[in-house]
Amino acid sequence: MTNSDSQTAPVLQTLPGDEVRQIMWRFAERFDLQMAVQSARGVARGPVARLVAAGERNNHEWTEAKNELLAAFDAAGLTAAFMEPELGGFIAGPKNLAVALIAFELGWVDGGAATCSLAGNLALSPIHERGTDEQRTAYMSRCVPSPANSDGPQRGAFCLTEPLPYVGVDTGVLGGKIRVAAWEDGQEPVLQVEKRGRFITNMDFASFVVAAVDADDDRIKGSCMVILEETDPGTYDRGAPTQKLVHQLSSTCDPVFNLEVPANRIVGGYDIVDGVIVPRFSHGQVIEAVFQRTRVTVGAMSAAKLLSAVEPIIRYQRTRFRGGDSTPGTPRHDLGLQMKEDSLQRLVDVWATGEAAASLVFAAARLFDRYDPLEEQKNQTLTAQGIRGARAQFRTLRKMQTRALEYLELIESAGHGADDERLSALEGDPLIQFLVQDSLAQVLCPACKLWNTGYGANMMREAVSLMGGYGVTEDCPGFLPQKWVDAQLEATYEGPEAVQRRQLSITMTNALFLAQFRGWIRELSAMPNGPAMGAGTLAAAMELWDWSLQYLQGTLDADGHKLYRDQRHGVTFPMTDALCWLLASHQMVLDVTELSNKGEQHPVVASGLPGTLQFMRDLCHVQAARAAGEVGRICAELVYGYEGQAAEGSRYGATPDESFDRLRLHLDRSLAGSRLAKDRAATALSRVMIPEALDYPA
Amino acid sequence: MNQGFHIAVCGSLVPDPLQTLEPIAGPQGPALKNEMMLPAVLDPWASHALYEAAHLARQDGESRIWLVSIGPRARLQQLMMSIAQKAVFELVACDGPAGGFTDAAEVARVLADTVAAIPELDPQRLLLFGGCASASRDAGATLQMTGERLGITEQFLNVDELTVQEGVLRIKERIEGGRYLVSACDGPPAVVGWATGMLPEPPNNPQIGMQNMRSIMPALQRAKSVTLEAPELTFESVTVPQQRRDTRIVKDTPTDEIAAELVQWLREDS
Ligand SMILES: Cc1cc2nc3c(=O)[nH]c(=O)nc-3n(C[C@H](O)[C@H](O)[C@H](O)COP(=O)(O)OP(=O)(O)OC[C@H]3O[C@@H](n4cnc5c(N)ncnc54)[C@H](O)[C@@H]3O)c2cc1C
Repeated sequence: MTNSDSQTAPVLQTLPGDEVRQIMWRFAERFDLQMAVQSARGVARGPVARLVAAGERNNHEWTEAKNELLAAFDAAGLTAAFMEPELGGFIAGPKNLAVALIAFELGWVDGGAATCSLAGNLALSPIHERGTDEQRTAYMSRCVPSPANSDGPQRGAFCLTEPLPYVGVDTGVLGGKIRVAAWEDGQEPVLQVEKRGRFITNMDFASFVVAAVDADDDRIKGSCMVILEETDPGTYDRGAPTQKLVHQLSSTCDPVFNLEVPANRIVGGYDIVDGVIVPRFSHGQVIEAVFQRTRVTVGAMSAAKLLSAVEPIIRYQRTRFRGGDSTPGTPRHDLGLQMKEDSLQRLVDVWATGEAAASLVFAAARLFDRYDPLEEQKNQTLTAQGIRGARAQFRTLRKMQTRALEYLELIESAGHGADDERLSALEGDPLIQFLVQDSLAQVLCPACKLWNTGYGANMMREAVSLMGGYGVTEDCPGFLPQKWVDAQLEATYEGPEAVQRRQLSITMTNALFLAQFRGWIRELSAMPNGPAMGAGTLAAAMELWDWSLQYLQGTLDADGHKLYRDQRHGVTFPMTDALCWLLASHQMVLDVTELSNKGEQHPVVASGLPGTLQFMRDLCHVQAARAAGEVGRICAELVYGYEGQAAEGSRYGATPDESFDRLRLHLDRSLAGSRLAKDRAATALSRVMIPEALDYPA
Repeated sequence: MNQGFHIAVCGSLVPDPLQTLEPIAGPQGPALKNEMMLPAVLDPWASHALYEAAHLARQDGESRIWLVSIGPRARLQQLMMSIAQKAVFELVACDGPAGGFTDAAEVARVLADTVAAIPELDPQRLLLFGGCASASRDAGATLQMTGERLGITEQFLNVDELTVQEGVLRIKERIEGGRYLVSACDGPPAVVGWATGMLPEPPNNPQIGMQNMRSIMPALQRAKSVTLEAPELTFESVTVPQQRRDTRIVKDTPTDEIAAELVQWLREDS
């Protein structure tokens, strides 16, 4: 390496172990989660890895060997992890972080297995989030592996996507229909449900399906989700398996249903208003509640892929020239490809991306763990106030937006003569707390789904390329090529990138989110170890993004159209991508800060802490610089690219004034030292001790 | 007659076998490089002992199991996140070194004292379980010495199977030539040093883990700190066993062919 600093700085001794991760991802005090991690790891690196190594991914049928995985998931408690303790689970309280950690461990080896284990949760989620109490108890308890379910636990499927030309990205145009089949006076109506699904996970063995359907009958209003069971009268055709090139350890089919079901299968129940069945939740409302949690989990799988690539790549690089007549003790023998700066630095990029992705997704999962009880409280509070229905709730909450903003301002000035009484009054208001957390949840969820999977897939390609030709063979250690294509599916299912960008383009303009975002800029600028982590660079990039967003919102293009608006994807979507870079890098800085605050007190972590911290800070710096580069490029293109004109009343001129240039220059100059951090991180990768062999078969 | 056994399983952590072990000179004598940070597992021989104990306890429904471990407290805690999921047991922990450079006699002394001090343990019902060897320090003597100190003279080493018929222990020990010595022992107390046993590793079950943790966490907090002193013990030199890894990935090779290849390799080597 070129700089002398890299020779003297403490060096990473070993790959970060569980204790380091528990601190960074904030579950050091949660034994239930630590156990879930060990348990999921045992399945992933045991039976799952053996199946992949044995070539079981080379066919798309649901084979007996694949089916055995379900029993392995059950035995290891993974199926029950989603359930409440009174229904046979072992994790009390919200389970978003638990499920994300399980997805991470399974995804470390195989994304399909992770999907297979979690798709049951996807089927149960509509019932869990919006179902009636009876539905929740009935279906959750049937799905627990327990002696009470002597035939084994039931498994479900979630059926939204339909054959062309219906539901895909656009979930509004439903082909699935629901009609009244029979309705006798005073009796539960019987409904006829017709639904065709496409790409439905778990369908080879699901005994119930939660399907999205639209009313096709004057006696039913709107759309809903409805539970179908295998034993309902009519057709329950699982359909042909999808000829997948990805995730072959999960089951996917195109099923066909035409069944009669009682109306109490409508998820969340229904009311009868003037002789019409009115479902309490439309299918849109149900899937919104479901996806905002399950999408986080998908982001965890992609993060795991990147981090899992590090060890096999280091081993490949170091051993590349061993054997033959190479002599031990020579750099060629001992370092192999790690003699080459590029090999090391590209691996630094892969690791930094994985690290940032993991930080982002676990932050999102923890946020949902805080959000779940707040959402519950919000519903109770509003119901107690007699405010029912999504629209009425929305109106009430909108009116509270100003107070929530006031709350955020008071937090900022707390201790500096702020009105403490007012602050604690607002703090105690569950609706305000909900609004604040909601504004974050609506950003972090799509952000981790979008960035981890999309950019993660790009970086998996980079990881594969570091393995040379081996990288595109079935024998590649760590299953890297499989992980690369799997990441592409993870970017697609549960809402492709466009869906996440669309959501973000709206939610990231929420004043409550932006107020918190600006608070982060101030925090980053004042961080004690900020410069070592590139926190200043990150703050500069965040300021530039914030300024650019406001500019784009207040500017018209040459044709007089508003630049930042719903359908103008060319403007809004790149801004969402830019934000994701910032959010991931920000969470990474927070996690490394946590490690530096708590690591010293942990005897195991403390023993290698200087090296671990130096490396993690360097990775942070590398990532912050990379994020800043993306943000600078995107903002410059958008701000200058449209030759815009000021909208009426806008405080911006036709062309950006020198504010933009000043911020951009500040950003560029803040990059000082970021490449030295990369050099140091690269050196560390050439010295870090790795195990003799991968702990799962390849 | 049997109200169950009181099984004390002695075992602690060793570095995960996949890790690179590099001896270094530490402040207190030899150590392994980055030992504290290397992922650890329960000593494989002790694990077999634990699974066999759990199996025995499940059969009579009355036995109790204590896992007696000397190791750094924080590392033991981490180890429990997986081991506690595999079998129902109570932990008795001593906060001390667990490396390969401790003196077997000292370890035996502390183990014996610790076992003897378990309040609810009935010495007449005691089965002292452990590995017949250890993956970190293969002295092969720790368990015998622990047994001796506890006054247990019925000792069985290299055990692969223990069954109980009408209170009598029937024990299969490995002896030379791939054969077994089968003994009948009237009952506890006895020392059983396990070879590999016959049982597979149980899957992790977080439900069992959470149940165990209720007593394990307090046990870890209570762990008294122990020093293993052996002033007379010095190490002249320390090297890892000479080994050469020649890994080839060959799929679907019949077992006979693998065996033949191993035999040939052993012949070449000797
Ligand atoms: C293996 C697998 C498992 C699956 N499991 C399930 C399951 O269990 N349940 C289920 O319901 N579904 C499942 N799906 C379906 C999956 O969610 C859909 O494939 C996904 O939502 C995309 O829909 P589509 O394939 O119809 O893409 P399309 O709707 O055809 O979209 C294609 C592309 O067009 C662009 N695009 C489309 N609309 C817009 C827009 N409005 N704005 C901007 N760009 C747009 C985007 O680039 C998008 O990626 C699964 C899919 C696969 C492959």
